[in-house]
Amino acid sequence: MSEPVLAVHELHRKFGDHVAIENLSFQIQRGEVLGLLGANGAGKTTAMGSILGMIKPTSGIIRVFGMDPYHDRIKVLRRLNSSSAYSDLPANLLVWQNLYVFAKIYRVPNSKQKIADLLEMFEIAHLRNRVTGHLSAGENTRLHLCKALINDPELLLLDEPTASLDPEIADKVRKIVRRVQREKNIGILYTSHNMLDIEEVCDHVLFMHRGRVVADGTTQEIIAKFDQKNMEDVFIRIVRDGNIEDAQAKEAAAL
Amino acid sequence: MSLHVIYAFLLRYLFLYTRNWIRIIELIFWPLMELLVWGSLTVFLHGKTGGQVPQFITYLIGGVIFWDILFRAQQGVAISFLEDVWTKNLNNIFVAPVRPLEYLTAGILFGILRTSVAVTVLIVLAAINFNFNVFSMEWALVPYFGSLLLFGWTLGMLSSALILRFGQAAEALAWAIPFLIQPAACVFYPLSSLPEWGQMVGRCLPCTYVFEGMRSTLDHQPFDWSQLGISLALNLVWMAAAAGIYAWVLESGRRRGLLTRVTSH
Repeated sequence: MSEPVLAVHELHRKFGDHVAIENLSFQIQRGEVLGLLGANGAGKTTAMGSILGMIKPTSGIIRVFGMDPYHDRIKVLRRLNSSSAYSDLPANLLVWQNLYVFAKIYRVPNSKQKIADLLEMFEIAHLRNRVTGHLSAGENTRLHLCKALINDPELLLLDEPTASLDPEIADKVRKIVRRVQREKNIGILYTSHNMLDIEEVCDHVLFMHRGRVVADGTTQEIIAKFDQKNMEDVFIRIVRDGNIEDAQAKEAAAL
Repeated sequence: MSLHVIYAFLLRYLFLYTRNWIRIIELIFWPLMELLVWGSLTVFLHGKTGGQVPQFITYLIGGVIFWDILFRAQQGVAISFLEDVWTKNLNNIFVAPVRPLEYLTAGILFGILRTSVAVTVLIVLAAINFNFNVFSMEWALVPYFGSLLLFGWTLGMLSSALILRFGQAAEALAWAIPFLIQPAACVFYPLSSLPEWGQMVGRCLPCTYVFEGMRSTLDHQPFDWSQLGISLALNLVWMAAAAGIYAWVLESGRRRGLLTRVTSH
């Protein structure tokens, strides 16, 4: 097997007494989509921040393309990209201007053509000269995805890309992400609260709760393991029961 | 340091300003208002004193123009940073291959442009309306301006570091920092007019020597190289300290996980 684009080994992060992440380990190969699930405060954003070199782990190892993202930050960031529902592009700039600035930062060759291709791919070419602040939520998400693909990344980190989108647009975004990922053979780390996202897009899922991984496998495996109807029910069960394996052990002991 | 990254940010500033005429007006609005107030006062006193305008009025106008250079330079760096915080774009920048030095350099270069525009307008208006010829100080202007710009950027870097460390709650401080040092900087009065402790603080500020030098030049005294030398040396110390603090805040933000809070909220 080739070297993973992302390898996380026993990642641990504490903020004072609060344990945000405990022994998180996983790998992503090129062309693989890994879903990172969990309720608010589960540790997803901390994990993303650590991979992006914005948060220093308390202990553990992160390797992106075989490099430490904390010490080889620039080299790593040139080859990956990310999109977060919690960041915005300058609202006063036109759509093409925002993309052009990032194309220059990433030193994208033939940047104007690249921008045109991306806008076309995400079906927002007609918005090229629109002020970014005037875009709808769905258009804005697609612009962020254009920005996230501007440097042809080998690894893509998507933080809740369908948050605040209506079902039709969310479906469109999921399909485009899946298509781009297959065409370009990108490794993707995908966080979402939308279980449909996870079922449709992710090859493998890690369920986090209070900093720990409580479930790991394909969506079918996880649904079967926890004897639920779908991922939505698994999500609710985990969040309400805490560590579901402990809960199952307690149930078994009670029987 | 990558020039293409600096170019990208300069391009972004250019896009932002060419797309919004209010920003261009804001660039000259405050310095213009200050000049009008002080200039009108000069005209008033000119009438009252039968043309024998006291020298201190010239000091005041010179002080207004020179202070604006420092203030604009500080704002150039701090506002550029704040805009990325306001627009929630800082996250995109921190996860792009951008070194802090490249980001700061772009802010500084853009600050030069902002300052140049504002100061040019001030100089022209001061000459036309109030007969104040800033070029009567001739070549002395260059090192004076340079020293003020350096200190303004340093203050801008410190303001950015404060916001990075304490989040948007520190925004008010970013605006206030230049005014915190203004009393001790002796913009409108000589250092000797301050109490002893104030003079000690003033002597630690690079800009104090510039304002003292400006008054001396307006009095047609010979240019004081030692004053300028001290100012530039202090600038180097301040700049190194500010860069160190900025780098420390960034590193500490990564260690403590504070960066994600500043960049996402």
